[in-house]
Amino acid sequence: MAKYILKRFALGIVTIWAVITITFILMHSVPGNPFATESRKIPPNIMENLMKKYGLDKPKSEQYIMYLKNIAKFDFGESMKSDSETVNQIIARGFPVSARLGLQSILIALIFGPALGAIAALYQNKIPDYVAMIISIIGVSVPSFVLGSFLIQFVATKVEWIPIGGWGEFRHTLLPSFALAVMPLARFSRLMRSSMLEILGQDYIKTAKSKGISKFAVIMKHAVRNAILPIISILGTTVSDLVVGSFVIEKIFGIPGLGQFFTTSVFNRDYTLIMGVTVFYALVLISAMLLVDIAYMLIDPRIRLTKEGH
Amino acid sequence: MSDMTYTKDMFQKVKRESYHADEIKRPTIKYWADVWRRLKMNKLAMTGLFILIIMGIMSIIGPHLSGFDYKEQDYSQVNIRPNSTYWFGTDELGRDLFSRAWLGTRYSLLIGIAAALIDFGIGVIYGGIAGISSRKVDAIMMRIAEVIYSIPYMLVVVLISVVFSTAGSGTSMFVLIFAMTITGWVPMANLVRGQVLQLREFEYSMASESLGASKGWILRKHIIPNSFGPILVNVTLTIPRAIFSEATLSFMGLGLQLPKPSLGTLANDGLAVMPIGLFYQILIPSILISLIMFSFNVLGDGLRDALDPRLRK
Amino acid sequence: MSKRLLVLISVLLALAILFTGCSSPSTDEGDKNSNGTPGGQTTGKKILRTNNSSEPGSLDPALAQGTHESWILENVFEGLMTFDENGNLVEGMAESYEVSDDGLTYTFKLRDGIKWTNGDPVTAHDFEYSWKRALAPETAANYASILYYIKGAEDYNTGKASADDVAVKALDDKTLEVTLEAPTAYFLELTAFYTYFPVNKNVAESNPDWAKDPSTYVSNGPFKLVEWKHNDQVILEKNPDYYNADKIKLDGIDLDILEDQNTAWQKYQGGEYDLLVDVPTSVVNELKTKNDPQLQIGLQVGTYYYNVNPKVKPFNNAKVRKGLALALDRETIVEKITMGGQIPATGVVPPGMKDENGNDFRESVGDLIKYDPAEAKKLFEEGLAEEGMTVEDFNKQGFVLLYNTSESHKKIAQAAQEMWRTTLGIEIGLENVEFQVKLNREQSGDYQISRAGWIGDFMDPMTFLDLWWSDSAFNDVKYNNPEYDALIRQAKSTNDQNVRMKAMKEAEKMLMKDMPVIPVYFYTQPYTVKPNVTGIIKVPVRYPIITYADITG
Repeated sequence: MAKYILKRFALGIVTIWAVITITFILMHSVPGNPFATESRKIPPNIMENLMKKYGLDKPKSEQYIMYLKNIAKFDFGESMKSDSETVNQIIARGFPVSARLGLQSILIALIFGPALGAIAALYQNKIPDYVAMIISIIGVSVPSFVLGSFLIQFVATKVEWIPIGGWGEFRHTLLPSFALAVMPLARFSRLMRSSMLEILGQDYIKTAKSKGISKFAVIMKHAVRNAILPIISILGTTVSDLVVGSFVIEKIFGIPGLGQFFTTSVFNRDYTLIMGVTVFYALVLISAMLLVDIAYMLIDPRIRLTKEGH
Repeated sequence: MSDMTYTKDMFQKVKRESYHADEIKRPTIKYWADVWRRLKMNKLAMTGLFILIIMGIMSIIGPHLSGFDYKEQDYSQVNIRPNSTYWFGTDELGRDLFSRAWLGTRYSLLIGIAAALIDFGIGVIYGGIAGISSRKVDAIMMRIAEVIYSIPYMLVVVLISVVFSTAGSGTSMFVLIFAMTITGWVPMANLVRGQVLQLREFEYSMASESLGASKGWILRKHIIPNSFGPILVNVTLTIPRAIFSEATLSFMGLGLQLPKPSLGTLANDGLAVMPIGLFYQILIPSILISLIMFSFNVLGDGLRDALDPRLRK
Repeated sequence: MSKRLLVLISVLLALAILFTGCSSPSTDEGDKNSNGTPGGQTTGKKILRTNNSSEPGSLDPALAQGTHESWILENVFEGLMTFDENGNLVEGMAESYEVSDDGLTYTFKLRDGIKWTNGDPVTAHDFEYSWKRALAPETAANYASILYYIKGAEDYNTGKASADDVAVKALDDKTLEVTLEAPTAYFLELTAFYTYFPVNKNVAESNPDWAKDPSTYVSNGPFKLVEWKHNDQVILEKNPDYYNADKIKLDGIDLDILEDQNTAWQKYQGGEYDLLVDVPTSVVNELKTKNDPQLQIGLQVGTYYYNVNPKVKPFNNAKVRKGLALALDRETIVEKITMGGQIPATGVVPPGMKDENGNDFRESVGDLIKYDPAEAKKLFEEGLAEEGMTVEDFNKQGFVLLYNTSESHKKIAQAAQEMWRTTLGIEIGLENVEFQVKLNREQSGDYQISRAGWIGDFMDPMTFLDLWWSDSAFNDVKYNNPEYDALIRQAKSTNDQNVRMKAMKEAEKMLMKDMPVIPVYFYTQPYTVKPNVTGIIKVPVRYPIITYADITG
């Protein structure tokens, strides 16, 4: 197990390196520079000063090596657009906000999603199934910017206790967490329903039932445990997607999270910030996937992760 | 108890041609007829199929029904609520929303289906091969997928659409689909691989393997049919996800290029008049999106039940 | 159920609580301000609450780039000159000034008793230091070019001369002498511009990061920076040591950083903002139709226009360009599409700037472009014939109008496309790209028609006419007309308004005869103010000035 984790860790570093390289090539293949603004053009001589200040006048290869060296030290450098914060500071400030929002949403989704799916499967083609389906379909049917806008228009402006956007207290997080949770909740419930149905039809469940074990025990012991696997397999990516923030929800609700930087950094050509958020995202994702694989192994012993198993 | 020694040449590998015990005897045509029969019994799935067919037809003929061209602007008929002349009302530029909505349905469906099919194709092939290959190949393949997936999705989409918009004419449909599928296939591949890893441990796969069946054969005959349920559910959710991605890109101004509307760009246009209480402009495309989602979902579920070999009688 | 799953969920729960725990303390205090009852009067303090839309990139005056920075800077800093509560340009940090007869040397006397927020006196040395600092190549100030009017400034900024060659000198603590490159009629106004704001020499020298944190932030204006929650909120408080503190009625200003226009509007409507500048277009139109007194349509010095690439045949022909220009029904564009009270363009210089007689420059030049479909068609076809083309040939070329992705540009482009089609019978495609890609393509000449806009920096027609000077870095269409250059040079050589204005009027007429760019409309700045807020003024070159605002009842 320790050996496996160590190996995955080494592979993770290779992955990060590959991500850095691909991102570097991609971001420098897009025309533009970090200093252009929409309203005002910059004369060539001032542009030269700016390029020099941020080391962009150096050859690309040299810049690439600089990035690698700095990232090895976990120093993502100065943001080229924001003079008041380094990339590290931006991430350190934005991540807790996005992470809190993301984890709250995942929790909502994890508590209600599989439960809804299990109920739907147990009452296949009966009323509870349809109710669960309608709930999950609403979840996957409405684009998040529509849902967010409607929540603000019809909930936040009507209920005095719920603020219209902004960030700070728990009540600020309610609507955005809900808006973010709806999609994974629906996905979880559908995956759960489908794998539960599959498992309920399998022989060992029938065997267990015929042995006289109570329905509840069979469901808990066998069905749920196995049906949860597909959910766990997408949990890693879902968690990392939500934890680093959702551009749309954060923008609509005015939340100072990390999500916005995935798009604004590209529009701004803020090279250091692009690199910073990309590497950070990759780190979160790789860790989440590793955790998921370990969880997978713990829950389903049939899956081999180590050679020793054979 | 015998002292007879076994040598290698005493054994002979069983050739596949001479050994058909594990083959499916039932003719294929009957299998699909059976699936259809089962699907027909599922009222909800049939409702979904019916809605999809109607929407498909409307996406073809709808833009020509109202008599108004989808791009014709009439500044004297701006922001008209739905009435008998303009069935879905008009937008901020006085364009007929009925024509636009159905044309948007057409492009959204095209984008969604194309992206889902590409994701599905790449994901199944890639994930299947990875799952069934040796551990080393599996590890390398998963590493590559992981690298691709580790680059933030939105970042890739934005970069791709910016890079390619310099070469040609804005964010064309192909750039959009390309940008969406470049990372989109990875979850599907992961799912397939997970299913394969799980299923190949089942007794019937092991049995086939020990009976000399090739890996590809096991993949085709056992693993893919058996993992069809979760994969199909995933595909039915990939279509809405692709339609959503396009909608989200529209929200960022990177949606489908003019003058073609998509449900996403229409919803985004509708957002602009929401503060003045004109909700129909955002509601109509949103309802159409929801109908598409509903239909794909119930149809996917119905298909899943109908296809599942373990539920066949 | 599997215990391990429970463990997994509990770990997530624990993480959520952990993040909840670490992120709340820093955000608790500031929120009390923003959640008060309408009017911000909860604690008896007058707090103006509004939205700054975007996160400032820097609150260092030298490094600021746009309105999302300058709106804050103009409240926490003050230059030699400033705008008073009536919108007039008056002495700020300067008590008085003298201009030499040749118009080249300005001598400013500073006020007595002016202080930095850390208690230091504001001196002439601070000004000398600040301007040279903004010009230093290593500072790499984006907007250093606005200081180029000072003798030696450009050479220093481009590394051809040293700081000592910049002709700004503190003669003593109270006296600042500036020598200009050439007479500049609007130099006094420039000293009210944010790049000309002083910074505290001692603070900036000892702590290069002073502007990054409110605790080390030192300024000299009517307000001081109290808190800067990145991407969330900036909080200003009245500066009691400001020399003109009696005139400042507000106790503080809360500026949210909220990018979404619709959400910001909901907050304004819900009483969480007292003022909103970036109002959704549909709302502006609605309020305008209803004559709602909350809506103010402020003047702005800005022009929205289309660049026409003269390197592409037949756009090299002035008649073709004029034909395109005359075919645009600008009245319809502003009434039906932009709907923010914009003014149809009748030239390149927007209204609001005075000529030598105190009349509006725009009015005294008169209308240089109009909507005339018949004339448009005639000119366009003549021009095409001169280039040996027919309308069919033109349509075969597949010309496109390039614009940067945005809802409003899209709508205007669609309208222009339609107007050109119906009036001239031509097909022009539309292409939207991201703005950086557009800049890139304009620079490399890879376009036929492209959208552009310019917002003036100061109240003089030169802020526009300068653009098409053949040497201008902003001359996208590479307009090169020696006669035009001569007129601009003449206007730049003197402070004599008679000579300057005459030359500039000539220049604009010449420009609109050649039509290298097609003006579409003059920008306006719509904003909404709650009825109990008074004293917000609009100077055309500025965002609405909130410094002297008051909240009643």
